[in-house]
Amino acid sequence: MTADATPAVRRSARSIVWTRRRRAFARNWKEYRRNREGLIGLVMLAFFAFLALAGPWLVDPETTAVITAPGRPFEPPSSQFWLGTDEFGRPILALLIEGARVSLMVGLIATVFSIVIGTVVGIMAGHFGGWTDTVLMRVSDWLLVLPFLPLAIVLLVILQSSSWLQISPVTAIAIVVGITSWPATARLIRSQTLAVKSRPYLERARALGAGHWHQMSRHILPNVMPLVLANTTLTVAGAVLAETTLSFIGLGDPLRHSWGTTLDGAFGSGAISIGAWWYLIPPGVAIVLVVLAFTWVGHALETVLNPRLQGR
Amino acid sequence: MSAISLLEIKDLTVTYSSSDGDIPAVRGVDLRVDPGQTLGVAGESGCGKSTIVASVLRLLPKSATVTGQILLDGENVLEMGWGRLRAARWAEASIIFQGAMHSLNPVQRVGNQIAEPILVHEQTSEQEANARVGELLEQVGLPASRAQNYPHQFSGGQKQRLMIAMALACRPKVILADEPTTALDVMVQAQVLGLMSELVRELGVGLILISHDLSVLSRTCQRVAVMYAGKFVEQGPSDQVFGSPSHPYTEALAGAFPTIGDRAFRYAPRGLAGDPPHPQDLPTGCPFHPRCPVAQPECPTAVVELWPSGPGQSAACVLVRDRDRVSR
Amino acid sequence: MATQLGQVSSGVGSAPDETAGPTLPTPVKKRFTGGATTVIVRRVLGAIVSLFAVLVFNFFLFRVLPGDPARKLARNRHLSAEQVMELRRSMGLDQPLGQQFLTYLQGLAHGDLGQSFSKHMPVSEYIGDRIWPTVLLVGVSTILSIVFGIWIGIKGAWQRGSAFDRVSNATSLTLYSMPEFWLGIVLLMLLAGNQVGLGLFPTGGMHSVTPPEGVLANALDVAYHLFLPCLTLTLAYLAEFSLVMRSSLLDEMGQDYLTTARAKGLRDLKVRRRHAVPNALLPTTTLIFLHFGFIISGALTVEIVYSWPGLGTASLEALQFPDFNLLQGIFLLFAASTIIFNLVGDLLLGLFDPRVREA
Repeated sequence: MTADATPAVRRSARSIVWTRRRRAFARNWKEYRRNREGLIGLVMLAFFAFLALAGPWLVDPETTAVITAPGRPFEPPSSQFWLGTDEFGRPILALLIEGARVSLMVGLIATVFSIVIGTVVGIMAGHFGGWTDTVLMRVSDWLLVLPFLPLAIVLLVILQSSSWLQISPVTAIAIVVGITSWPATARLIRSQTLAVKSRPYLERARALGAGHWHQMSRHILPNVMPLVLANTTLTVAGAVLAETTLSFIGLGDPLRHSWGTTLDGAFGSGAISIGAWWYLIPPGVAIVLVVLAFTWVGHALETVLNPRLQGR
Repeated sequence: MSAISLLEIKDLTVTYSSSDGDIPAVRGVDLRVDPGQTLGVAGESGCGKSTIVASVLRLLPKSATVTGQILLDGENVLEMGWGRLRAARWAEASIIFQGAMHSLNPVQRVGNQIAEPILVHEQTSEQEANARVGELLEQVGLPASRAQNYPHQFSGGQKQRLMIAMALACRPKVILADEPTTALDVMVQAQVLGLMSELVRELGVGLILISHDLSVLSRTCQRVAVMYAGKFVEQGPSDQVFGSPSHPYTEALAGAFPTIGDRAFRYAPRGLAGDPPHPQDLPTGCPFHPRCPVAQPECPTAVVELWPSGPGQSAACVLVRDRDRVSR
Repeated sequence: MATQLGQVSSGVGSAPDETAGPTLPTPVKKRFTGGATTVIVRRVLGAIVSLFAVLVFNFFLFRVLPGDPARKLARNRHLSAEQVMELRRSMGLDQPLGQQFLTYLQGLAHGDLGQSFSKHMPVSEYIGDRIWPTVLLVGVSTILSIVFGIWIGIKGAWQRGSAFDRVSNATSLTLYSMPEFWLGIVLLMLLAGNQVGLGLFPTGGMHSVTPPEGVLANALDVAYHLFLPCLTLTLAYLAEFSLVMRSSLLDEMGQDYLTTARAKGLRDLKVRRRHAVPNALLPTTTLIFLHFGFIISGALTVEIVYSWPGLGTASLEALQFPDFNLLQGIFLLFAASTIIFNLVGDLLLGLFDPRVREA
């Protein structure tokens, strides 16, 4: 609050709202801090985000190109190459750092698609009700039922082999993961919208003549946002796993090194029979850590927003 | 009054331990119920009434520390061994829980749920138990054939009757009813209360009735105790306590209920300002003094206990103590 | 997989049933059987519609997307223009779209899924050859993971906060966070690999190079090869199921009717077995059936790691070619079976939960 605020000065509605939001944020952060796993998750995410963002400066692009690979094939970890080398002599550590950027980026883009579609569908279904709701939920349920991997494979193969639609494999994966995962978000948002719909301020807004767009964007969306946030974190975890799996079976971009393509390379080059554990284990560990971090943060957010779940 | 009462509680305290510190829910309560007697416990939500009920059968969570004595037919429940306690549960004292909506298992037939304690406590066959279930249902005014139904097939009032039937299953000596009519509409409420009074008369059980609704207590209970912030602040025969309350809280509580047909009621200042105190933040001295319309200068420091204020009636107020002193 | 992760945590017990409010008193007429049949019919109809939608989707995916399907097929082989034309005619691509769709449906009704160009045989026949190993692997793993997963989940929830609970929960969460195929790789290296591992198990395949004679010996040989992929999948599924069961039971444990059961004098074990667990199993069972899609996806990649000769490795071969007909056939099979399993799960819930029957 400003020190020179006299009681006669009226604060705008917006500043009141923002003060309230800041206070709510502080309260939620205090509650979040109690969750040990949530904090650890945040630290881990910060670490991986740093790796992803600082990647281009940390890794010399020459080391990850096949032709200019610095080491000999399948070198075990040494003081020179902390995690050894792959079948081309490229340092695994460099590949992993690059992988952080690619895997996280694809995961995030896919999540953005998923969340945007899911939120729009969910709010519309919840707000408009009736036929809109029925149709949207039927489609959503149908998509939810279909098994992910077979569907993704079919979609990606079609996308990749279409003659004029030139999308990079990475974008294709992001799109496919996004459009196969929005139904879960939509369901959640819809039930939250239904809960918000019955609240008095929405009725008042309608009585004052608020149109659909205004109701949805100014009233429903802000109240649904916290849940969207928690759901987003968990969706990213799933998206990273999905990207990894799709890259592993060869649908990724061979020129970009995500953790999934690295594992594909490892598996395909016979690292198992050679016993090159340094090639096979670290990418998986990185994936597990990232997914765990997102899951912990997501769970912690859910606990903060839904007190019923506290103490699990 | 008989020498050994059905249920006698002496100086009961219940403290919950939580991550925010200790919460004293009940701070020294005495009560007593004899056969055929009905005792009501009145008070606002959060004053500790339900805790007393749960403590009688030791149903409190592990975080609760209980001291005092709970004498069920002379035996202290708090010192019973696990096996003895389980045998005592339902067979000697049973509970009609608040919110019958959720106190019944939704996927089990009600007949099985009522028969369950019979089969646990008595050495009867399933047929005999089912026969008894039929009897119980008839006793509460439901056809015996409905034992086959599931809880969601009954209305709110019917579910409450089921809870009553279930509470009677093992012929207990004491029944504790925790807000049995709260979610019901007035007509159904009257029916259920009438049923309970009738059963008390016929079977000679002792009944403790918890409610925040004074009208419910005044028509069903012979004696009533008013609870505030974990302790009794007044007790006595119900018509006396409600008719001529001795404690300011009772007076406010009784006054807060609207008198139907009294047009002046809307304008007369009644009710109490403020909220009941948080158990971890109790006022010093008499816990009621911050909201009391007749608070005295000594109230924040006085140690209050129940002083006699009439025939069989007592109240924990310094005014009562002084009145008594003066009249001597 | 993104969907499944989102589902597990966002309130398992409160599954997408927003209509769970206080029930109005229903007149107790003998409408019991009538209500149940309507529900069943409605669900079956819904499944049929979903199935049809999948068929339509499958059809249009291949035909309508940009690019000439015949040319796609012809890409890997250098065909002359006349051969391409002949190919188009044989695929019926010169006919109007509506006619193509009808032909497609007719073919499906006869079990004709088209011709696999990479395997040179009808798709349905090829799938028939490769389906049994997948069924074996998925079947055994699912059963084992359900049994163990539920047991671990129940014990963990009932003894919440105990060492068992903390360890099992942490392990489940970690297992759930790793790609199944990577778990397979790790186990392969540890237990089958000769360089780093113990070399106890074969490194892949379903049969030894020289399969032994006799039914029993052959079955044992298969079991020997089945062990590692089955272990991998069981661990992967078990993680999810135990988390779901634990969450479900924890939800249930907060319910009032359990206090009633304790007040009646029941032993703790009885309260758990007779009241809490059966109620918690309801949403769990449904969720397990709903997760059939997750089961399938996991199995595909594990098969690849272990060179298990099922539909997973077949999918890999198909997508490398790319053999569109085979891919579509496999997708259709998986989608249809998932829809059917979901239907079964729905119906089972109706069978066991009396509240649903009257809906």
